[in-house]
Amino acid sequence: MKRYVSVALFVLTIGAPALAQSPTPAQPPPSAPSKPAAQDEFVPVDKPMNAQDTIPAPRLVAIAYGFIWVVLLGYVWSVRSRLATVEREMQTVSKRVGSGGR
Amino acid sequence: MRRLFVTVAVVTTAMFAYAPFMILNAPYESTMGLVQKIFYFHASLGMAMFAAAFASGIGSALFLFTRKPAADRLAVAGAELTSIIGLLVLVTGPLWARKAWGVWWQWDARLTSTLVMWLIFNAYLLLRRYGGPGSDRLAAAVALFGMANVPFVYWSVNVWRTLHPKTSVIPSLQPGMRGPFWFCVVAFLLLFMLLLSLRMELEKRRQELDELYLAAEE
Repeated sequence: MKRYVSVALFVLTIGAPALAQSPTPAQPPPSAPSKPAAQDEFVPVDKPMNAQDTIPAPRLVAIAYGFIWVVLLGYVWSVRSRLATVEREMQTVSKRVGSGGR
Repeated sequence: MRRLFVTVAVVTTAMFAYAPFMILNAPYESTMGLVQKIFYFHASLGMAMFAAAFASGIGSALFLFTRKPAADRLAVAGAELTSIIGLLVLVTGPLWARKAWGVWWQWDARLTSTLVMWLIFNAYLLLRRYGGPGSDRLAAAVALFGMANVPFVYWSVNVWRTLHPKTSVIPSLQPGMRGPFWFCVVAFLLLFMLLLSLRMELEKRRQELDELYLAAEE
C-alpha cells in the first residue's frame, strides 16, 4: 500500500508540472493598436483631406524644402571655399619651389 | 570639359527653377494631403544618395585593385556626397513622417538601414580624416560595405513590414505625379554629377598640392 502511495505521489510530482505547462486553448490576441500596412501606391485627389491635423503641413513642407536648399548651397559654398584655399596654397608652394628655397 | 560642366549647370538650375511649379500643380495624395509633396524631393534625393554610394563603392573597389589616384578621388567624392545627401534624406523623411504617420521616427527596416548606411559613409570620412597613413585602403573597404548596404535599403520595404511606402509606389504613380517626380529625379541626378565632379576636382588639387609639398621638401 505504501509503495502504491509513493508511486502515485511520484507520478503526481512529475506529472503536475507537465500538465501545468500544457498549452492553454488559443485565445484571441489582446486588442493592441495595430500598425497600418505600408502603402502599395499613391491615390491622387483634388484637395488635401487632412485639414484637421495639429501640425500644419505647409510648415513641414516649407522646412523640408528650405533645409534642402540651405544644405546644398552651403555644401557648394564649402567646396568652392576649400578649392580656393587649396589654389592659394598651391601658388604659395609653387613660388617656393620655383625660387628653390624652403 | 568646362563647357560641358557649365551647360549641365545651366540646365540643372533651370530644372530646379521649374520644379516647384510642377510640384505645386501635381495632385494631392488622398490620405496624406499636402505633406506628401515632400516625396518629390525626398525620393529623388534617395536615388541620388544611392548613386553617390555606388560611386564611392566602385571608386573604392577600383582603388583597392589598381591603386589609381583617380579612383580614390571618386571614392572620396562619392562618400562625402552620400553623407550630405543622406543627411537631407534623413531629415526630410521624418518631416513627412510626422504628418503622415504621427511620429518623427520608426525603428523599422527602411529607416534603420538608411541610418546605418549613412553612418558607414560618415565612418569612411572620419577614417580618411583622422586615420593616418594607410587609412585610404582601410576606408575603401568600409565604402565597399556601405555600397553593399544599398540593395538592403532599397528592398527592405518589400521584405519587412514597415510604415514606409513600398517601392511599388514609384511604378504605380498616377500621370499627374509621375511627371514631376521623374523631372525631380533627373534634376537631382544632374546636380549629383555636378557636385561629384566639383568635389573630385578639389581632391585632385589636394593631391597636386601634396606632390608640390613633397617637391618643396626635396
